[in-house]
Amino acid sequence: MMTPGTAVKTFTMDGKPFSATEEETILDVARENGIDIPTLCHLEGILPTGQCRLCMVEIQGSGRLVPACATKPEEGMDIITDNPRLRNYRKMIVELLFSERNHICAVCVSNGHCELQSVAQRLGVNHVRFAYLHPRFMLDGSHPKYEVDHNRCILCGRCVRVCEEIEGAHTRDLRNRGIRTMVITDFDTPWGESPTCTGCGKCVHVCPTGALAEKGKSVAEMAKRRHFLPYLAMRRRGGK
Amino acid sequence: MEKLKLATIWLDGCSGCHMSFLDIDERLLALSDRVELVFSPLVDTKDFPEDVDITLVEGALGTEEDLQKIRKIRERTKLLVAFGDCAVTANIPSMRNPFGREEVLKSLYVESDALNPQIPVQSLPELLPHALPLHHYVHVDVFLPGCPPAADTIYQVLSELIEGRIPDVNPLTRFGA
Repeated sequence: MMTPGTAVKTFTMDGKPFSATEEETILDVARENGIDIPTLCHLEGILPTGQCRLCMVEIQGSGRLVPACATKPEEGMDIITDNPRLRNYRKMIVELLFSERNHICAVCVSNGHCELQSVAQRLGVNHVRFAYLHPRFMLDGSHPKYEVDHNRCILCGRCVRVCEEIEGAHTRDLRNRGIRTMVITDFDTPWGESPTCTGCGKCVHVCPTGALAEKGKSVAEMAKRRHFLPYLAMRRRGGK
Repeated sequence: MEKLKLATIWLDGCSGCHMSFLDIDERLLALSDRVELVFSPLVDTKDFPEDVDITLVEGALGTEEDLQKIRKIRERTKLLVAFGDCAVTANIPSMRNPFGREEVLKSLYVESDALNPQIPVQSLPELLPHALPLHHYVHVDVFLPGCPPAADTIYQVLSELIEGRIPDVNPLTRFGA
C-alpha cells in the first residue's frame, strides 16, 4: 500500500515501463513483476548488502554494473537485467565461489537443499574453469546444537545480518578481507564458548549452503526453514 | 549401420558411475545395437584402442598413471565425457587436497599402522600433489555432473551423443545429484 504523497519513479527494465516507490529496490520491482534475477546473499527480512554481486544489472549509458538488491531505480533509468555480459559474469562469480573453498556436494549435509548448487544449475555452471585453491579450514563443532564448516561458506553474510538485525545478539561478524575473509563468532572464539550466542539457530536456517548446520544431520538431510524471517522482520518494525 | 565405438574407464573414482551406467538395465540392449563397447572395466581389453568415438571417463586424476591414461584417451577419442562429479570437480578424491600429499600418506600409512608403518613405493603409481578434474589437464567435450548421474540421465545423454548431438545436461543433473 502506497501512502499518499509518496514520490513515484518511472523507469524501464528490459524495455518495459515500470514504476517504483522511494523504498523499492530494482530487485523488489523485478520480483514483483516476475523478472527473475539470480541472488545468493539476498534474503527477504534482512537488509540487502550486495555482497555476492550475483544480482548485478546493467544501467544503459553507464558502463558500471550495479547490484539490483541494493540499488534504487532513478527517474528515467534504462535497466537491463539479462544479457550475455551479465550471464558471463554471473557464471564466473559462481565458479569462483566453488573454486575458493572446498564444496564437496556429494558428502554435504545440504546436498539437494543448497542455494549455491541450485543457482549453479540454473546458470548452467556444470564445471569450474578456474583452478581450485584447496584452502585448509577447521570445523567448529564446539556448540552443543550446531556446527560450522567454513569449507562450505560463501561469505554471503546472511548469518551476520540475521544475528544482528533480528536476534539482536551480533554474535557473528567477518574477519580479514577478500578471499581470506572468515565468518567469526564474537572475537574469533569457538562458537560453543560464545557468551553472546543465544542458540536460537536463525543463522543456521538462513545459511544458503551447508556451512551452518544442525548437529546430527547426515548427507542431504539439512533442509533449511526460513518462513519465520519476514514475519519476525515485520514484528521488529512494529508491524502487526 | 556401422556401430560407434564406446569406451568407459574409471580413474580416481569409486565405480559408482559405472554402477549407475549398468542401472540403465534393459536399455543397454538398445544401446548395444548402436555401439560396440571396445574398452571398459566390463570387457576384457588390455590396451585402449585407436579411433574411439565416445569415452566416458569416471573419476578424478589422482596419480601419474591417471595422467598418462587420460592423455592417451584424449588422443584416441573423438568425444570425451567427464562422467560424474569426480571427473567434473574432483569431488571426494579432492578432499585430500587441503592437507597435501605427504601429510596424507604419512597419516594413512605410518601413523595409522601400528604393525608395519611404511609408505608404499613399489609397483604403485606416484600420487599427484592434488586430485584434479579432467579438464584441468585435457580438453573435455561433455560434462556430466552427478554423484552418480542417474541411469536415466546417462541413457539420455548417451542416446543424444550416439545420434551426433551434444545434449544440454543442465536440466538433467547437477553437482551432487
